[in-house]
This record gives sequence, structure tokens and C-alpha cells, in this order.
Amino acid sequence: MTKSQLIEELAKAEGITIKQAEIAVNTTFESMEQALIRGERIEIRGFGSFKVKKYDGYQGRNPKTGEVINVKPKKLPFFKVGKELKERVNARKPD
Amino acid sequence: MTLTKARIVENLFAKDLFTKTESTEIVETIFEIMKQTLERGEDVLISGFGKFSVKDKNERRGRNPQTGEPIILSSRRVVTFKCSGVLRQKIDKGI
Repeated sequence: MTKSQLIEELAKAEGITIKQAEIAVNTTFESMEQALIRGERIEIRGFGSFKVKKYDGYQGRNPKTGEVINVKPKKLPFFKVGKELKERVNARKPD
Repeated sequence: MTLTKARIVENLFAKDLFTKTESTEIVETIFEIMKQTLERGEDVLISGFGKFSVKDKNERRGRNPQTGEPIILSSRRVVTFKCSGVLRQKIDKGI
């Protein structure tokens, strides 16, 4: 499913126009994007949570050449699936 | 401050398109559609944000980390998230 399919399904389910559904979907993901950029946590009950982990920089080596390199500090997002979604997805596993 | 569904609802309500009740229902439906899609084993791809995928894990031998006792971990179906490259860069830079 892509974002445009999500928009179509939302419009159908809620009886709203495609344009309105597009604004709703975009507002949702923009809110989430902005929160992560600010370094905030996201918690969507039943779906999952996101958090940004901060890593310090360090001096590493290129494993091929042995050359010393500076690895810069970085921030990476992580998603943890919520209990309800985890159980619903696993309940439908094949076999 | 953690981003919750309630705050996404406020952001949608601020667009002056829907009532508070409608905004709440729409945001709820967006996540419900995504949950149903993942439950069917289908991926959800939100361009510019990331991709939620369903992965089947085989049965494997593990250990109880507290007692060291060997146990069989049954096959399971899990949800993973891969952040889009664009968003990863924005989070890293904080802008």
C-alpha cells in the first residue's frame, strides 16, 4: 500500500473527498516527521512508538585499508511495534 | 514532549476542515487502515517518511538469558520499519 492508496481508502471509509483525505494523511505524517526532527518521541497506542537515538562520534578504522577515520556523531530513528499491532500481525502468520 | 494521537488530532482540527470529533475519527481510521494492511501481510510505503514491512521469521533455537536454558522460539511474523533516506537526513541534521 502506498500513501495515495491510503488516501483513497481513508476517503472511502470516512465519506470525505480525496483532497480532504490527502490533507488528513499529510498532516499526520508531517506531525510525525516534525516530532522526530525535534528529537521527540512518538507514541501511537496500538500501533507503535518511534524514538531518535543519539550516537557520539568516534575514531574508527576502515576495515579494508586500516586507515583511521573520524565517524561523526549521528541521530537515527527507531520504531517499536505496539502490542496490538504485533499480536494482530502474528495471529495471521502462515501455517 | 511526546507526540501522541491527541496532538495529531489537534493539528488536523487546526486545518479548519473537520470538527474535533471528525478529526479524532479520521486519525484513528488512518492508523486502523495501516494496521489492517499489515495484518494482511502487505507493506505500507509512505514516500518521504518510510516503509512498514511484514517479515516472516523461522523457528529458531534460543536461550533463556536468565537461566541459560535452551528453548525453541516458534516461527513468527513481525513488523519492521525502514526510515526514508530523506527523513533520516532531516533527523540527523535536526532541520
